[in-house]
Amino acid sequence: MIDKRVKSLADAVQGVPDGATILIGGFGEAGVPTELVEALAEAPPKDLVVVSNNAGFGRGGLAKLLATGRVRKIVCSFPRSAGSVVFEELYGSGKLELALVPQGTFSERIRAGGAGIGGFYTRTSVGTELEAGKEVRDMDGRRWVLEKPIRGDFAFIKARRADRWGNLDYHSAARSLGPVMAAAARVTVAQVREIVKLGEIHPEHVVTPGIFVHRVVQVN
Amino acid sequence: MQPLSRQGIAHRAARDIPEGAYVNLGVGIPTLVAGCMPAGREVILHSENGILGLGPPPPKGEEDWEVVDAGKRPVTLLPGAAVFSHSDSFMMIRGGHIDISLLGAFEVSERGDIANWKALGSNLAPAVGGAMDLAVGAKQVWVLMEHVRKDGAPRILERCGFPLTAPAAVSRIYTDLALIEVTPDGLVVREIVEGLDFEGLQARTGARLVLAPDCGVLH
Repeated sequence: MIDKRVKSLADAVQGVPDGATILIGGFGEAGVPTELVEALAEAPPKDLVVVSNNAGFGRGGLAKLLATGRVRKIVCSFPRSAGSVVFEELYGSGKLELALVPQGTFSERIRAGGAGIGGFYTRTSVGTELEAGKEVRDMDGRRWVLEKPIRGDFAFIKARRADRWGNLDYHSAARSLGPVMAAAARVTVAQVREIVKLGEIHPEHVVTPGIFVHRVVQVN
Repeated sequence: MQPLSRQGIAHRAARDIPEGAYVNLGVGIPTLVAGCMPAGREVILHSENGILGLGPPPPKGEEDWEVVDAGKRPVTLLPGAAVFSHSDSFMMIRGGHIDISLLGAFEVSERGDIANWKALGSNLAPAVGGAMDLAVGAKQVWVLMEHVRKDGAPRILERCGFPLTAPAAVSRIYTDLALIEVTPDGLVVREIVEGLDFEGLQARTGARLVLAPDCGVLH
């Protein structure tokens, strides 16, 4: 019997190695797998690379993981926002490396990672500081920047419901990066509000098919 | 001279958004446009985090912090709204499906270069979000901003001094003093606020302006 359910948050985040790249879903407070990230922060491996649209707020969630000092680098589109105090302290004192990526390029690089695409050309960042160090070429009378895929060792995402096969649906606009990141990691872990019987999520309403999901854990 | 308020700039831009347009609102003055749409005109607002059919903020106490706009403030979904992943959202933006992107800016150049993501001389960490994707991907980019900086220095310049978000992207500039179109013939002034003449506007602008023959009053 296929059963991707795990009993505890500790089990859900088990096996993250030193040096791992971890994709963390969400936008602002929407769709952020706060409990998974905090579980990892209890006993964090070292030299982590975190890929997340934002860099945490307040002292909980991603901010708590950053505060452990075990994150070497963050790949991010909008790290600075109201309440991103821990990130700003670490970045300001040179203890955290930042790779700033335009949000659409960020999403598409992760999509490419999940889709087996070796790279893609985009017009985003052409003629700006953020094209520095990248291959730029002219095609069809326009300039394009080559962007490489991002893959994670782990992806932590938040969904609304899961079944034991790992099929997921999402709550409203909290979907954001969940479906994109799910496909781009060796081990994808989804925290969900509810675990339901197979078939309860109508096949037409499965947003992330279970093939992309390896562990599900219920968080109340 | 009575410059437009930030709300006034949003109102002026909202009047130019045509029925049926798919519009993304950037942070800053553009977010005010959501509350300024003329009654009866159907415009579909897009938010980069995966919403089409963005509605006004919910009443106090009914906020859902997983239904937010690009500035992470709670919003509502109108009847007919759709939610989708980042991948679909930025496919809309980068694939040229958004009709108009309204952006705030630090500076705009005479050829439509926009600088709105990174201030010079700031120790803060940079943040870019979806600005570069919107500036490049939308069919039209309109900038809504104050005409000059707090110290009176112009924001419309021959060349941007701040790091660019995208070159040659902006087609219209709505400020508290004027409505200006970026054209191959230069910056054409379509409207000027009451009590300011063309020379006065030119003096507050760091690039050469061209007065449209039918220049009207900005209100």
